[in-house]
Amino acid sequence: MALLAEQLLNGLQLGVMLFLLAAGLTLVFGIMGVINLAHGSLYMVGAFGAAVVAQATGSWWLALLGGLLAAGVTGMVMELVVLRRLYARDHLDQVLATFGLILFFNQLMVLLFGRQPRFVALPAWFTGSVEIIPGVPYPSYRLLIIAVGLAVAGGLYLLIQRTRIGMLVRAGATHREMVRALGVDIRLLYTLVFGLGALLAGLAGIMAGPVFNVQVGMGEQILIQTFVVVVIGGIGSVRGALFGALLVGVVDTLLRGFVPGLLRGVLDASQADALGAALSSMGVYVLMALVLLIKPRGIFPAHA
Amino acid sequence: MQRRGFLAASAGLTSVLAAPAYAQGAPVKIGMITTLSGPGGYLGADIRDAFQLAVEQEQGKLGGINVQVLVEDDALRPGQGKSIAERFLRNERIRLMTGVVFSNVLGTVAPDVLDADGIYVSPNAAPSNFAGRECHRNYYTMAWQNDTLHETAGVLANTLGYKRMFILAPNYQAGRDALTGFKRKFGGEVVQEVYTRLDQTDYAAELAQIRAARPDAVFQFHPGGLGIGFLRQYAQAGLLSTIPQCVPNPSMDSTTLAAVGDAAEGVNLTSHWNSDFQNPASQAFVAAFRAKYNRLPTYYAQQGYDTALAIGAALRQTRGSIDPAAFRTAMLKADFVSTRGKFAFGPNQHPVQDWYALKVERVAGTLALVTKSKILENEGDSYAAQCRL
Amino acid sequence: MREKIALAILFAAAVALPFLMRALDLPGGTGVATSILCLAFAASSLNLIIGHGGMISFGHAAYYGIGAYTVGILWEHFRQQEPIFGLIPGTDQLLITLPAAMLMAGLAAAVIGALSLRTSGVQFIMITLAFAQMLFFLFVGLKAYGGDDGMTIRRRNAVPGLDLRDIDQLYWLVLGVLCAWLFLQWRIVGSRFGRVLEGIRQNERRMRAIGISPYPYKLAAFVIAGMGAGAAGALMANYMRFVSPDIMSWQKSGEIMVVVILGGIGTLLGPVLGAIALQGLEFFLGGLTEHWAIILGPILVVVVLFGRGGIMALVNRLLGVRRG
Repeated sequence: MALLAEQLLNGLQLGVMLFLLAAGLTLVFGIMGVINLAHGSLYMVGAFGAAVVAQATGSWWLALLGGLLAAGVTGMVMELVVLRRLYARDHLDQVLATFGLILFFNQLMVLLFGRQPRFVALPAWFTGSVEIIPGVPYPSYRLLIIAVGLAVAGGLYLLIQRTRIGMLVRAGATHREMVRALGVDIRLLYTLVFGLGALLAGLAGIMAGPVFNVQVGMGEQILIQTFVVVVIGGIGSVRGALFGALLVGVVDTLLRGFVPGLLRGVLDASQADALGAALSSMGVYVLMALVLLIKPRGIFPAHA
Repeated sequence: MQRRGFLAASAGLTSVLAAPAYAQGAPVKIGMITTLSGPGGYLGADIRDAFQLAVEQEQGKLGGINVQVLVEDDALRPGQGKSIAERFLRNERIRLMTGVVFSNVLGTVAPDVLDADGIYVSPNAAPSNFAGRECHRNYYTMAWQNDTLHETAGVLANTLGYKRMFILAPNYQAGRDALTGFKRKFGGEVVQEVYTRLDQTDYAAELAQIRAARPDAVFQFHPGGLGIGFLRQYAQAGLLSTIPQCVPNPSMDSTTLAAVGDAAEGVNLTSHWNSDFQNPASQAFVAAFRAKYNRLPTYYAQQGYDTALAIGAALRQTRGSIDPAAFRTAMLKADFVSTRGKFAFGPNQHPVQDWYALKVERVAGTLALVTKSKILENEGDSYAAQCRL
Repeated sequence: MREKIALAILFAAAVALPFLMRALDLPGGTGVATSILCLAFAASSLNLIIGHGGMISFGHAAYYGIGAYTVGILWEHFRQQEPIFGLIPGTDQLLITLPAAMLMAGLAAAVIGALSLRTSGVQFIMITLAFAQMLFFLFVGLKAYGGDDGMTIRRRNAVPGLDLRDIDQLYWLVLGVLCAWLFLQWRIVGSRFGRVLEGIRQNERRMRAIGISPYPYKLAAFVIAGMGAGAAGALMANYMRFVSPDIMSWQKSGEIMVVVILGGIGTLLGPVLGAIALQGLEFFLGGLTEHWAIILGPILVVVVLFGRGGIMALVNRLLGVRRG
């Protein structure tokens, strides 16, 4: 029972990480209609920015600032130089151009920081663990990730439901042309939304740094899963992104945790492990295919 | 460093004692196919750097013979390794190759080289098939056989008195071999074995299983970047203080140690070499490597260096000829001073050497891999008996 | 006319390439050219559905991989003299493995296409990717066929009258099959089926209005493209003598897509030129610097932003050909 509870907590934590990435991606998707494969690069840039500042100054707050700044600035430049020209293009052009950006950013990081994975220390107050499930000391930093993720979700909810910008974002996701026709400065809105997405991706990278490896290629590892989240949730919907992220996080963690064990009851050990690992890897993709077959526009479609 | 980096052989006029005829002729081309990009890129970079260090120390020669080293990156893609091998064989007419880090790349490179009557000297990867039934007269391994790494960890677990082990590795050939190898020599009970994913970054689900299983210790094989993430999350989950680790050396080299930081303290591992070895050859190598590259050599670097020395010793005897038969006679004598001390080739042309227990400890304030004791002497590998040469 | 002369010169050059490589003392060049042709083949098949059907499949490497694995698995069972499931004997005859590869890839494309075509737009891109990822992980988990490490095919398939161990003969074989495919595709595009497909790409609602149900046409095109990719994969497996899940990774799907766009979407020879350009660039830049990707990336961006229509548009401009 404690094991199941701990695994659910792990699933929640993975889901929250995915949400931070998916929120930006889904907004950019929904409002500008751009498939940005290079979203994972912003995650990587944020993580590297934080790692470098942390190593130089030793301050976690400065690292946070550095990471956000790096991701935000990179995002703005990316939008100004490349993506702005892609809004009117078809998905194919977007995929190719942002694929090119991935190649560029990965190699740029190799040039600047080398291939060795980087080390980021945990912030001093979060090195310990908390026994929130009896008998299971859970790392407090992972709890911090969950808290930050949920706070961001709440903040985004307020931003989108309660502010003027949020209203435009909502309108942009459902009736893009209409917003443009009403004379809203759509360029500014686009840049703001893209910047916000970049900041969130950067934040995810910064949070990931002390737990996962900060290394070249880290963006692509998580990118595909993020796309799964966005598509399951419904493109353009932040609520859908949150729901999809938690669903993918929990399903992926539970499959990994329990499928090989269940298979062991049926097959012999080595076959069960190999098959179990394959099945749990396939799990989220099967989930996505199922969702799309039942609801082709995702669970919370923004374009009704 | 250029991708197609040359190490232009200086046709130096400093005549060397036993290097007549060939030394002044065209240099012997050595093709190095290794992994330089991606998370595993630093492994190949260490092998390359150490190999080139050996060549530079002889002013562009190995064993007194002019050599030209061509380096290319396989990006950890077997297909890429194969096409480089083909290009080396056909366009450059190279017949002596080395460098591959990962077993899956070796699986495509080595057969091509051997089929073309070329020679392959492995500085790292050594899968079981090439040690056993498919062993080859022109295939040499300078590091170890893959399984031996994990068998020695099993021996170490026995020595340390662990009775119940939790074992895990990524779900690919080398990972599955790791668990098999460990179980072959471990005498106690394996409470659970778990396969992780090669592209996995979050190990929370596996750590929860470890906590629930309450083993005496954990054996895990996660080479390069994978291991860094695993160890740090292991420590963050508070497991390192309650459940110790007993691992093979790919899971903990000096680069991963630097990246993992304090989380690594107390990890037990096995190795055939460590940078604190006291023999003069090793000390000279570590000093030269640090002077040139400003970092501590990993054991991958040591293997690259020993590979260069072994090739040099063979070339010296053949006077620069790489005719496979002559090269083989010379190579099998292993007439060089290895940085690991004793070195000899077994019947399958894989090393027979001593193995040591290492531990991550604090030395003068910083964490380092410290050699504790010798656990096996003149250890060959489990497949030598299947090989008929 | 100029177009035809250019085509004839291109074909003659392609046929003569092995002699040229020998004359230039670049014996490895023919092998590289063979792999470029296989990539061009896979890209051509993708071009059929992207360029003529408007279906952006981000999982095309799956069918390429299935074709390659068909050759590998049949070889493995031939080597061990052990029928698959105790029923189907293995073989090393290309005349059997090539159609088998097309059949398997076509079957997979039929199933995946039937499901995926219920969606459209971004969802279609993503669901094709999802299915390809499932197959990727399936093959990673298939321990019997090498899993993640892949499997080596020790000897190339046999064809009566040819010796494929000779790289020149393999090259000509691949060239021949590719030309046959391009001819077939040219006929398909020009047929009634092709025109309906083009109509669907331009405006699906309009086709529906004139009483044509798009689904069967799209599915048929998807299956044909899958079979083409399967054949390309089978040839690639023969050239490489090696198959691994790498061949069906999402990066491979991306690479095939890049070739199509680089060469020119919806053009017959675009993918061929695209494959030559991409591999050539990689090779050339790789010779310049280890960090070649930092140059290749921006080149791709620039091609998208400013070079609309890809290389084929450039070629047409040079030849003075105008297109409506």
